[in-house]
Amino acid sequence: MMELISQPWPWYVAGIFIGLTVPALLLMGNKTFGISSSLRHICAACIPAKIPFFNYDWKKESWNLYFVVGTLLGGFLASQFLSNPEDMVIADATKAHLQKHGVIDFSGMMPSDVFSWEALLSVRGLVFTVLGGFLVGFGTRWAGGCTSGHAIMGLSNLQWPSLVATCCFMVGGILMTWFGIPFLLSL
Amino acid sequence: MVESGTACVNESAVVKPWYSNLKYLALGVIFGIVFVKAEIISWFRIQEMFRFESFHMYGVIGTAVVVGMISVQIIKARKAKSFEGEPVVIHDKEFNKGQIYGGLIFGLGWAITGACPGPLFVQIGAGFTVVIVTFLSAIFGTWVYGKYRDHLPH
Repeated sequence: MMELISQPWPWYVAGIFIGLTVPALLLMGNKTFGISSSLRHICAACIPAKIPFFNYDWKKESWNLYFVVGTLLGGFLASQFLSNPEDMVIADATKAHLQKHGVIDFSGMMPSDVFSWEALLSVRGLVFTVLGGFLVGFGTRWAGGCTSGHAIMGLSNLQWPSLVATCCFMVGGILMTWFGIPFLLSL
Repeated sequence: MVESGTACVNESAVVKPWYSNLKYLALGVIFGIVFVKAEIISWFRIQEMFRFESFHMYGVIGTAVVVGMISVQIIKARKAKSFEGEPVVIHDKEFNKGQIYGGLIFGLGWAITGACPGPLFVQIGAGFTVVIVTFLSAIFGTWVYGKYRDHLPH
């Protein structure tokens, strides 16, 4: 049993759990799944700066902050007690491509030569960490949601604007991966 | 003011004590564990997805959407109530151009960081502490959007 848990879980197990989050939140308290809103609530709570967009009663939305703190704890528990002792298995083609562009570390879930405190001191690390984060925060809020709010919750509820958003997420990601990442990795 | 679509539509009319939120924390814990165990927080998995070199992430998202869709249809068909006794209400998403522009920008960021907002939290918990910087930068991005919102097309 423990061996089964410590191995990487297959996609359908993860998909079922994540899909069930939608009815779980609806039934627990009439909440719609969406994670990027938490970033807005944090702005509203910490740095509202009299901006109308951040001027609302964020405390009413505090369930969302409890949820994201939970995900952080879950990440901690899983990595401490349930982690896979083996190296990650990465698709050969992806690995070869990234190696060609100078990625060295394939042992963990993230390449430490791109994402680590040491790497943050390099232009490359700085761009991946800081610029990447900015685009995620700015883009999700402009889009009114992220993978959870649009791709999973919105599509589950057959919302066509969410389908538009999801397609745009994919187009942006594909463009960056194919045309931007090779350049950014060379920085 | 464009409020809909990005407005807070989650709040329930029922006022609850703070500890009623602990159930969301518990659900979040399960969610975080799944994200680590299925390697969804991995930058490499996102690269594989956008390069069409692995089925994994498509399987995860596709299954989640199908399970979510079936669940929502059942909840709607049965006019289900939440455990707190309220009828479940799901607001429709209204279209605005932000879903295109913002969606594209988020996609660019998703490929760079290998994380959407959910995995950012999980990555930090899983010990990738430098992601705190990515997270703060994402908060700043959200803040900049809020500040210049009226100047952006919607």
